[in-house]
Amino acid sequence: MAKSIEISDLDIYYGDFLAVQGVNMSIKARSVTAFIGPSGCGKSTVLRSLNRMHEVIPGARVEGKIAIAGQSLYDSAVDPVSVRRMIGMVFQRPNPFPTMSIYENVLAGNRLNSKKMKKSEADDIVERSLKGANLWNEVKDRLTKPGMGLSGGQQQRLCIARAIAVEPQVLLMDEPCSALDPISTSAIEDLIHELKSDYTIVIVTHNMQQAARVSDETGFFNLKAAGQPGHLVEFNSTQKMFANPDNEATEAYISGRFG
Amino acid sequence: MSTITEPETNDSGSPLDTEVPEKARKHALGDRIFSGLSFTAGITIMVALAGVFVFLFIEGYPGLSVDERFYRPKTDFWSYVGPLVFGTTYAAIIALVLAVPFAIGIALFISHYAPRRLAGPLGYVIDLLAAIPSVVFGLWGGRALADQMKPFLIWLEDTLGFLPFFGGPASVTGRTLLTAGVVLAIMILPIITAISREIFLQTPRLHEEAALALGATRWEMIRMAVFPYARSGMVSATMLGLGRALGETMAVAMVLSASPIVTLNIISSENPATIASNIASNYKEASPDRQAVLIATGLILFAFTFAVNFLARYVAGRSERRMAR
Ligand SMILES: Nc1ncnc2c1ncn2[C@@H]1O[C@H](COP(=O)(O)OP(=O)(O)OP(=O)(O)O)[C@@H](O)[C@H]1O
Ligand SMILES: [Mg+2]
Repeated sequence: MAKSIEISDLDIYYGDFLAVQGVNMSIKARSVTAFIGPSGCGKSTVLRSLNRMHEVIPGARVEGKIAIAGQSLYDSAVDPVSVRRMIGMVFQRPNPFPTMSIYENVLAGNRLNSKKMKKSEADDIVERSLKGANLWNEVKDRLTKPGMGLSGGQQQRLCIARAIAVEPQVLLMDEPCSALDPISTSAIEDLIHELKSDYTIVIVTHNMQQAARVSDETGFFNLKAAGQPGHLVEFNSTQKMFANPDNEATEAYISGRFG
Repeated sequence: MSTITEPETNDSGSPLDTEVPEKARKHALGDRIFSGLSFTAGITIMVALAGVFVFLFIEGYPGLSVDERFYRPKTDFWSYVGPLVFGTTYAAIIALVLAVPFAIGIALFISHYAPRRLAGPLGYVIDLLAAIPSVVFGLWGGRALADQMKPFLIWLEDTLGFLPFFGGPASVTGRTLLTAGVVLAIMILPIITAISREIFLQTPRLHEEAALALGATRWEMIRMAVFPYARSGMVSATMLGLGRALGETMAVAMVLSASPIVTLNIISSENPATIASNIASNYKEASPDRQAVLIATGLILFAFTFAVNFLARYVAGRSERRMAR
């Protein structure tokens, strides 16, 4: 069910402000692609344009083409709601629904798709998703407790469980570990490794080691200059990016000689 | 800072350990003034409230047991106040039933649907509604709206007459409890709208985006993220509206032609009055004993409003506590 993503000549605007310019890349199915780059260069912006979350901000728009398995995302006939059902997203800060139990949080997306679900079916989805997110053992005895009662790392894994419960074709993660301790981080990295066999994953991270550890391919974004739009500097296999990048700026950034 | 670890080398003359408390004392003074002020404000409100209660109690208590004739057309206090309590509650419920869905809808439209250019002016107009004095609403309700309601009342009797609420016969003047309820609904609409809108706008972006990213439509997002977040605020808004509806005097007094009965029928010309409107229409001409009776009904209204508020908060709080456990 994983699908590839083709991005061509992508310009992304916030109102009149051109935030990202001229992005071309192709993201392979069943692989992990990492976006790295300095703050404000537009990683989140590109990521959010992949599931049409960008346009929920007033005035925000996109030019260019993004195709998932050949189907253009921004076609006028395409409903953004159906795009988001197909492409899951995990945010930088864990955001379980505060009034819902753990159980209901996991099912939130499924409930949107089909109102009527058998209890046994729902139980199965919850168990499978929580296991998939490496959270099952920690919460299986308190599924009816509020999701907000979990630790930050557990909440983030709950959000991952919620995202994979609907079996999306692509999973987008925006700095999913930035608020987490090393143990939770490593749990989530392991999880990304496992999920890779079923999903196409795109992850934004500020952590070079993390990008090196989890990703197959890496895109380095940068600002052309202060006040200029962000752009994709280099897109290559992670191995090459970290060992012998084509671009000097990439090398400088990765080795920490930046700015 | 570093001097703390080696205090002996501090030769500035004023040792650090006296400087810090001095600063702290300044802070403490500001703190104390502020907490004193807020404490005083809080106490003042409590005292005012208690004062109102004491006044009502002292002036109204004799009204519970005066001569029979002062309870005309009834003969004792409780049968006198009963229909009034009923009328008060009933009118307020009609107003809430009409106003709350509208208010929530308008608030949502302003906060989540309307383009910003429209949302601002619309919110402003709704706020203006709140500034219209209730006498004006009363005049409008009794003269203009009552007339307009007539054909609607007849229609209600014809089509929904089998329900006890619309049993008829439809009033020929249009001055019915339903009309009063409509006027009350318009009066409480702004406050419920304004508060709900503020709370809807405060919904964390994080939770809205969580819903949207799962593929929620806007309405689904509102149900998943906005309503749960805003629930207790919506209850508060409704309570404020209810409080105003329970206590409203002029608008009801000027619309209703009251009679001391208890009936579910809201479209006939026989309508129970509300406590507040009953006081307003009778207080001026009343003898001291009669006034005491009216004040006693005010005491009942006071207690009743209190009880309703507590009950509503309890109900609203219970669902939240259940979730927090
Ligand atoms: N809601 C918004 N409205 C207007 N401009 C925005 C908005 N969000 C981001 N921007 C601008 O778009 C540019 C790219 O922002 P983006 O959040 O994509 O950066 P980023 O690479 O994710 O940074 P970080 O690493 O700090 O998360 C920045 O110049 C930012 O100021
Ligand atoms: Mg970002």
